[in-house]
Amino acid sequence: MLLSLMIFIPLLGMIAVLLLPRESDELIKRVTLLFTLIPLALAVALFISYDRSTAGTQYIVNVPWISAFNIQYHVGIDGLSVTLLLLTALLGPICVIASWRNIEKGIKAYMALFLLLETGMLGFFAALDLFLFYVFFELTLLPMYFLIGVWGGPRREYAAIKFFLYTLFGSVLMLVAMIAVYLNSGAPGARTFDIPTLITLAAAEGHALNNLNFQIWVFLGFFIGFAVKVPIFPFHTWLPDAHVEAPTAISVILAGILLKMGTYGLVRVNMAMFPQGMDFFCNGTGTWGNSLAILGFINIVYGSFCALAQTDFKKLVAYSSIGHMGFVILGLAARNTEGITGAILQMFNHGVISGMLFLLVGVLYDRAHHREINGFGGLGAKMPVYTGITTLAFMASLGLPGLSGFVGEALSLLGAYDKFKMLTILSTIGIVVGAAYFLWTLQRVFLGTLNPKYEALPEINGREILTLAPLGILTIVLGIWPNFAIDMFRESVTNLISVLEAI
Amino acid sequence: MQPLSNIESLLYFSPELLLVIFAIAVVLVDLGVKNRESATVAYLSLVGVGCVFVAVLLTHGQLGDKDSISLFLGMIRLDAFSTFFKILLLLATAATILFSLRSEELDARLKGEYYALLLAITLGMFLMASSTNLLMIFISLETVSLTSYILAGFLTHNPRSSEAAFKYITYGAVASGTMLFGLSLLFGMTGTGDLGQISTRLTELFASGEVYSLAVLIAIIFVLAGVGYKIASVPFHMWSPDVYEGAPIPITAFLSVASKSAGFALFIRFFYSGFGSAEVMQSVDWTLMLAIVSALTMTVGNLAALPQQNVKRLLAYSSIAHGGYLLMGGVLLTSEGIGAILFYLVVYLFMNLGAFYVVVLIANEEGSEMIEGYRGLASRAPLVAGAMAIFLFSLTGIPPFAGFFGKWLLFAAVLEQGYYWLAFVGLLNSVVSLYYYARIVKAMYLEDADEETTPASFSTGTFALLSVFVIPTILIGFINIFYTFSNISVSVIPMQ
Repeated sequence: MLLSLMIFIPLLGMIAVLLLPRESDELIKRVTLLFTLIPLALAVALFISYDRSTAGTQYIVNVPWISAFNIQYHVGIDGLSVTLLLLTALLGPICVIASWRNIEKGIKAYMALFLLLETGMLGFFAALDLFLFYVFFELTLLPMYFLIGVWGGPRREYAAIKFFLYTLFGSVLMLVAMIAVYLNSGAPGARTFDIPTLITLAAAEGHALNNLNFQIWVFLGFFIGFAVKVPIFPFHTWLPDAHVEAPTAISVILAGILLKMGTYGLVRVNMAMFPQGMDFFCNGTGTWGNSLAILGFINIVYGSFCALAQTDFKKLVAYSSIGHMGFVILGLAARNTEGITGAILQMFNHGVISGMLFLLVGVLYDRAHHREINGFGGLGAKMPVYTGITTLAFMASLGLPGLSGFVGEALSLLGAYDKFKMLTILSTIGIVVGAAYFLWTLQRVFLGTLNPKYEALPEINGREILTLAPLGILTIVLGIWPNFAIDMFRESVTNLISVLEAI
Repeated sequence: MQPLSNIESLLYFSPELLLVIFAIAVVLVDLGVKNRESATVAYLSLVGVGCVFVAVLLTHGQLGDKDSISLFLGMIRLDAFSTFFKILLLLATAATILFSLRSEELDARLKGEYYALLLAITLGMFLMASSTNLLMIFISLETVSLTSYILAGFLTHNPRSSEAAFKYITYGAVASGTMLFGLSLLFGMTGTGDLGQISTRLTELFASGEVYSLAVLIAIIFVLAGVGYKIASVPFHMWSPDVYEGAPIPITAFLSVASKSAGFALFIRFFYSGFGSAEVMQSVDWTLMLAIVSALTMTVGNLAALPQQNVKRLLAYSSIAHGGYLLMGGVLLTSEGIGAILFYLVVYLFMNLGAFYVVVLIANEEGSEMIEGYRGLASRAPLVAGAMAIFLFSLTGIPPFAGFFGKWLLFAAVLEQGYYWLAFVGLLNSVVSLYYYARIVKAMYLEDADEETTPASFSTGTFALLSVFVIPTILIGFINIFYTFSNISVSVIPMQ
């Protein structure tokens, strides 16, 4: 009940916002904030009450929905989903506060769409029925299209439709794979979309789902769907466009949550449901055995070098996201405790850190109205607090030990080294380049002589600090005490590995 | 059970008889109406549709526990399948009458004829959905075609409308001629016009080797020309963009929904009960042909829709594409596939009519059917723009809207039979279609109107009618009964 309440409260909020008069901007913002704070409170409650000692799903609600096709409304949480739910619920109010002053036109529609988006994201991470999972996955598409397309930057129309087309392309392939799984799950009448049941069936000896060839194809169908979302090279080109054009808060959601939907899907569906297909692409032998790790490697190195070449602050952060998501892929490809733990931790950490980075870019953009890195200089003296927070975020992102980014990346690499030595060694280039572009940016923006144009640049204000502080604290806490998060999903990872090894 | 005689059948024929009575009444009442602006005849037709609706339900109730009753010595059949389509067609007719009431492009002097013809075309479609005899099939098809020609050319002052009617009649004549030839071949080979008996005879003939399967295949292809023309499938689709663009908008909406539904009803009954038996399909394999036609239809429709600037024409091409999606369900004639077609037709009725209704509203407001006319609609008329966006996304097949559930069923039916390539073509087409549907959404939401325009004002009635289309488009997919309903309707078609 608690879980369903959390998923649908933002939807209720959307209805409430739609009923409010169009002129009452302040009221609309407050109502939206309230309806994002409730899920946060519920998420914290779930996080605290979640039983860490078991891998089983908890808070299950399972009721028939479309019984003609055995589709259920089945939600529940395990360690992985509860972590990402907390991240989603945390970024919700932060983004509302970040949008407080920046969104000028159509605040009502903006907030309504934002709440709809939040329901889609929360539902996605909790869904345990493949059909429901797909519906929530797609539910995030429409609001995102409008949020980028209406409130975005100068090239917003292009960016919005590109995002939409890419994602839809991926999801229709996913749909084929999903229908194929459904049709093969049993005799007519006994078919199912239920994820836990499907996982059991796929492991059952002699079942149609327990077939290498079949698993490879459906793996690919789902994989492309999620790869567009992550994004994995070569499906990544929508991301820089979407990020650059999206308003600050939406960039935060995009990097913080939507990218995680891709990697979460890889874990929830591709790894758990098709362990043989996963094995085919990650076992290190044969033509395809290294493919997933290679994709992770390309993401890390390619993303980092692209980031190095950017002069637009926001685009730099966008490309750095591509690089950091590569560590998740590499960690997952390793299929061992270190790798998967690192990957999940990296998902959470990247959500927090990239959220901070995009918020920081937004703070600067709101003041200077451009994001050209070379156009600044010497801001360190002018905005010391801002500089301090940015340095923290940069250090966390480039993987400084003691901050959260380090733990996830280190664990991913540790796991991957066990399986793919050469690729892991080469991937560390990405870390070096990462340090290079962040430090170089730090130098160009904050050090040196102050550009006289920005004599009067005001310091970061209280509202902005309010959005950054929780994320900053999390980066430090998780850097020092990563078990705070790892404890949540330790059992789930063990369980996943037993599924992967059972083939 | 034995077919009923002509006199006995009349009892079960009351919906059709009522349609005839109301069509005549509309013409007569129109003579007496002095004020040309009055909407008396339109309301009379609406009352007619309402009465027919009740009659349809009552006659269906008369079936009792029987699956079907054969009427007029086996000419037509009353069963759940025909009732399903009758209800669907009545909904489309009622919507078209309401659109026509609100449309400003129709000539006030010709109202009586217009509504009478609309009722007559509904009668023809009723028969299309229930015919089980070759002769009756042809007559019902012609009734619909001839009436459509007139309605398409109803904007007498508009040359495009006349052009539409002329093109329609030229293509139509060729298609029905071809179809008639195919029907005569079938009659010649089997010696009967009854679909059920054709199936039995063909099985016997194939068993004894007295007939070439090629001859049967050719006959089927010829018949398909007539049916394909009605559902606008490639290569018989060429008429539809011009006709849809030239005809009055309510008629375009009607043709794209009702005509297509009736065409599919005929298609399903003809193939399912005539050629659907395993023995016949073994000898004449037309499934691959249908699969190719389906793939081509959706691809041609979608690609041609991409560059369109006129929303009506864009929707015309999109409607061709939807014909292609629907055909996917008919490729293998499984009951799942046909159930999917029926379900999709219900969904399609609401989302497509809804989209056309918005086109009517904007045409009244702006006097234009071009995409530019939709610029900034979101700020001028947020509710109308929101409804249009829902219809368009539903047409694309994006959850949670009903179009997604419809497509899902169709794709599942195709994949179930192992036609993976067809499902892929269909899904890629869905992605392509997003691009042109989104162009309208983009104009409404992402672009601002050129000049300062006052907010458009629409009446409460408008919003009420709009919600009649919006609510089902959102909800149908979530409601079990619609799936059950379409499955029951399929289960009663006799499979020989």
